Amino acid sequence: MLRLAPALIITLLVLPVGAGLVMVMLPAFGYLPVLGGHEASLAPWQALFAQPGLARSVAVSFASGLVSTAMALMMVVLFLAASRGTWLDRGIRRLVSPLLAIPHAAIAFGFAFLIAPSGLVARLLSPSLTGWERPPDALIVNDPWGLSLIAGLALKEMPFLLLMSLAALPQLQVDKRLMLARSLGYSPTLAWLKTVLPSLYPLIRLPVYAVIAYATSVVDMALILGPTLPPTLSVSILSWFNDPDITRRFMASAAAVLQLGVTLAALLCWWLLEQLTRLLTRNWLTNGSRQRGEIALRMVGRSALLLSSMTALAALVGLGLFSLAGFWRFPELLPQMLTLDHWQRSAPMLVKPLLNTALIGLASTALATALVLATLENEHRQHLQPKRALWLLYLPLIVPQIAFLFGLIVAAESLGIRPQLGLVIAGHLLFVLPYVYLSLAEAYRRLDPRWLQVASSLGVSRNAAFWRVRLPLLLAPLLTAFAVGLAISIGQYLPTQLLGAGRVTTVTTEAVALASGNNRRLIGVWALVQAGLPLIGFMLALALPRLLGAKRRALAT
Amino acid sequence: MANNRNGLVATISITMLALALPAAADPAPSNWQAVLEEAEGQTVYWNAWGGDTRTNRYIDWVAEQMQAQYDVDVAHVKLDDTGSAVARVLAEKQAGNHDDGSIDLIWINGENFAAMRENDLLFGPFANALPNFALTNADENPEVVTDFTLPTEGYESPWGKAQITFYYDSAQMETPPQDMQALLAWAQDNPGQFSYPRIPDFTGSTFLKQALIELSDQDEALYQPVEDADFEAVTEPLWTYLDALHPHLWRSGRTFPDSGPNLRTLMSDGELSLAFSFYPTDAAVAVKEYELPESVRSYVLEGGTLGNVHFVAIPYNSPHKAGAMVLANFLLSPEAQAEKQSLTMWGDRSVLDIEQLDADAQALFEQGERHPSELPADALSNTLPEPHPSWMTALQDAWLERYGVN
Amino acid sequence: MTALATAPLRLEQIRIALAGRALLAVDATIAPGEVLTVMGPSGSGKSTLLAYMAGFLDPAFSASGGVWLGERNLLNLPAEKRGIGLLFQDPLLFPHLSVGGNLRFGLPRHSNEKRQLVSHALEQVGLADFQSRDPATLSGGQQSRVALMRLLLSTPQAVLLDEPFSKLDTALRQEMRALVFSQLREAGLPALLVTHDHADAKAAGGQVIELG
Repeated sequence: MLRLAPALIITLLVLPVGAGLVMVMLPAFGYLPVLGGHEASLAPWQALFAQPGLARSVAVSFASGLVSTAMALMMVVLFLAASRGTWLDRGIRRLVSPLLAIPHAAIAFGFAFLIAPSGLVARLLSPSLTGWERPPDALIVNDPWGLSLIAGLALKEMPFLLLMSLAALPQLQVDKRLMLARSLGYSPTLAWLKTVLPSLYPLIRLPVYAVIAYATSVVDMALILGPTLPPTLSVSILSWFNDPDITRRFMASAAAVLQLGVTLAALLCWWLLEQLTRLLTRNWLTNGSRQRGEIALRMVGRSALLLSSMTALAALVGLGLFSLAGFWRFPELLPQMLTLDHWQRSAPMLVKPLLNTALIGLASTALATALVLATLENEHRQHLQPKRALWLLYLPLIVPQIAFLFGLIVAAESLGIRPQLGLVIAGHLLFVLPYVYLSLAEAYRRLDPRWLQVASSLGVSRNAAFWRVRLPLLLAPLLTAFAVGLAISIGQYLPTQLLGAGRVTTVTTEAVALASGNNRRLIGVWALVQAGLPLIGFMLALALPRLLGAKRRALAT
Repeated sequence: MANNRNGLVATISITMLALALPAAADPAPSNWQAVLEEAEGQTVYWNAWGGDTRTNRYIDWVAEQMQAQYDVDVAHVKLDDTGSAVARVLAEKQAGNHDDGSIDLIWINGENFAAMRENDLLFGPFANALPNFALTNADENPEVVTDFTLPTEGYESPWGKAQITFYYDSAQMETPPQDMQALLAWAQDNPGQFSYPRIPDFTGSTFLKQALIELSDQDEALYQPVEDADFEAVTEPLWTYLDALHPHLWRSGRTFPDSGPNLRTLMSDGELSLAFSFYPTDAAVAVKEYELPESVRSYVLEGGTLGNVHFVAIPYNSPHKAGAMVLANFLLSPEAQAEKQSLTMWGDRSVLDIEQLDADAQALFEQGERHPSELPADALSNTLPEPHPSWMTALQDAWLERYGVN
Repeated sequence: MTALATAPLRLEQIRIALAGRALLAVDATIAPGEVLTVMGPSGSGKSTLLAYMAGFLDPAFSASGGVWLGERNLLNLPAEKRGIGLLFQDPLLFPHLSVGGNLRFGLPRHSNEKRQLVSHALEQVGLADFQSRDPATLSGGQQSRVALMRLLLSTPQAVLLDEPFSKLDTALRQEMRALVFSQLREAGLPALLVTHDHADAKAAGGQVIELG
């Protein structure tokens, strides 16, 4: 059974992505009999390249993905380098992991309201400092360069990269390295950058790639924060797939293939940058510079992460204010009156989506966790090196959703698989599983093998040792992985909507549908509900090991 | 079942086979009693834009009534874009799913209807056979059987009426502009305080058509397929107008609001002073829900504004056509139409010919006192008809070509 | 600890190699109650020998030879059926279990009077009131004693010791040596000790094999 786990995982992930890609590839090259496309042609590509602003769309998608990832990574690295385990550092760390739980759309809405000309920041300064009685006519949100999109993405990617780094760090014996480097006269931040970072980066490289792939093809954040004339490629693709003129489907399919190319090109570009950085820093690592830049790096490291965490929190506060707001006009900082109306009117509609969300999230995460555990346990028992083929696990993270989901529906329909809860759960599994694997694999492999040897030598079978020794010892990372999986599942929009044909409603599908009505107060309510669910998951993940291990000191950290 | 698929897929497929309804012959709408019987116990998946809580609330009410009166379960599938439902039906057809589709009823009109008709994605004709259809008095009210100049031919059933309605804050502005040229002059005096949704948004495209109709003096060519007209010549006044207008729009026309409802949010933020909606009661509703100040007033341009009827249609592969027809018929009942028109529910105007109804039914439509932000009762008398749907696509493409990259 | 194991542990022509390079060759018999000490510097393969005997050998190594307990060929059995107890340099008490829980973890499932066995074992090493304590609150020496008792309660038929005293300070080390070897002798278990400390070998008092 166990031996089948890796093959099963790969089949479960690769088949749907592959089938989806094929069903998008065909129309991209003119084959779609239902619309009269019977033979191969390049017409869809010609139509695509004739679209006004296509080059700009591509450029913005490409650049916003790379720049936001670089910013988020830099913030995380500098923070870790500057962090000294003070209460402030610990506080920031605690703050960050729940931020991971907040869905992209919720952050984007909150952030947009923060920085818009009529947003919270402008209200805070007006009219006292600015003299503005009306919001200034300034293009901040939806700026043509995608700067607000980049900022929003960086805000959301930072917690993920930090969490992944924190998971990888313990195996690097950071304290010993730092002690050694400092005894050689290196200042702490530089010591970290020169002795820890070079070993840390290879361990978080895959998560970084996942982030780039996500950021180059994101739809929801780009809709809210991204440029509009033209929009990012992903947003254009979605509107072409949904265009009333259904012959646009050919061009939309070609664009989906192009999106895959853009994402792969961004990954390739990042890889080249990696090589370049390695070359350029080779000398710096050993040039003996021990102090230079210490203070500046430390300041930047702490303030950047603190600032971005505070921004994310302020965005949530803005959403909260709106969900309670009565009439609220610029430049009033607070609403004229607070009301529970919006919550009360939404409450009856919340029940079913909440139940569905919880069911889908728990089922897909539980399945994913079981499969990942089976794969890792198999790897351990067979003394296998992590399989190269497991790279395929990350396929659903690397291939943009928008590039294969539309094809996947056709594939599923062709097999007679109708939209339903089970299909949605299977669809979520595609995206949840890689993240659970990312969050769990390191901790699993790192667990001292002697624990299980002791258990065996005490006469306990391998299966029993798995349940009685390994799982309890891995409780904390297991719960974190579970919480990450839940958060990922709860945030899924396109897979839920497309695979469920809209019949399976979750808080996210409801939130997106309502968001199209642009009622900020309702968006506030739904975004908070959407953020609240995974937040509960994270709180539990943090609290459970403490509760269970209250008497066991070594487990509670 | 092919036995070489992996276990999960096979399991799901088998479950689905067991759940799938046997492909039955389509119900004949002429035999209404049979339709009612077949509908009993069905679940109708009604795909309708879900961005408006008031519409959603009304659909919830409809679902309750359908359950109680006809034993039909109505599930509202909330869409953020009607096009996604069209895409869904197309994907099902592409995959060869001709009798077990996932959509039973779509809220639709205009381009989407034209596209679905053209690709044989709709079931029908059924609408004219619905018992309540007669109440629309279609002979006298051709708009209920015409969708963007196309005859509906019974493939969609009328549901409600929309018309472009402008609104402004009377505390900040005394006399709002009454036609397109006045709008331009006003925008030049008040830069950054007006905009329209980014094309290809539905409301934004409607604004283009409104402007084109007025600026071209209701050119006859607009009501024929665009291929038959000299597009450049007909639209020339529109582009000249927009070239002049854009620099004075919100954000100097470098970006546009992403949707009709977004105009309302921008009004609420004080970024815009003048906005418009496709739903005449929108402003009054927004005032009630704290989004707009009480000083907001609605009005219609002097030369009239573009209006249309919105419909419901049944996809060709719906497995619950009987239930869908019973629902479409219920939507046309005086009871449902009156409830829809009430400002406390939705405020969407009726497609029935109210004066032809019997006294009891007419009484249902009596409204209480009008909301001060609402339009005066007679304001909507001057409705401009929609151009041929091909104009919308052509206008959108031309707009994107000119203004799509800034 | 009255159950006397009677069978000797026999290491028959054991040869271990890594990537074609021979690491070690051992041939020895350990009588019940006796301790065989294998000495050698780091990298000489002494821990690999233990892994081979206990059933945890990394497949990167190739090994041949037999491990017999009396008439039983241990190599045919999975690790948990070999009846070989392990003692590492770290006590490795399970942090999610109490001290008592750790001891019960090693007890055969159907042994009678578990409670009594556990409290008796703790008394023997002077930790009578420690049953419900969290292992993390114990000192290093106390943890080592619990680990030893956990091993003995699991009634092994042979014991492998992997530098079990190397992390203890000098005073504690002598005390633990005495405790471990006397308990093993009393239980009549054949034991194999790997170490690089000559004092360990001396205290064990049995044969000594030098590797590398």
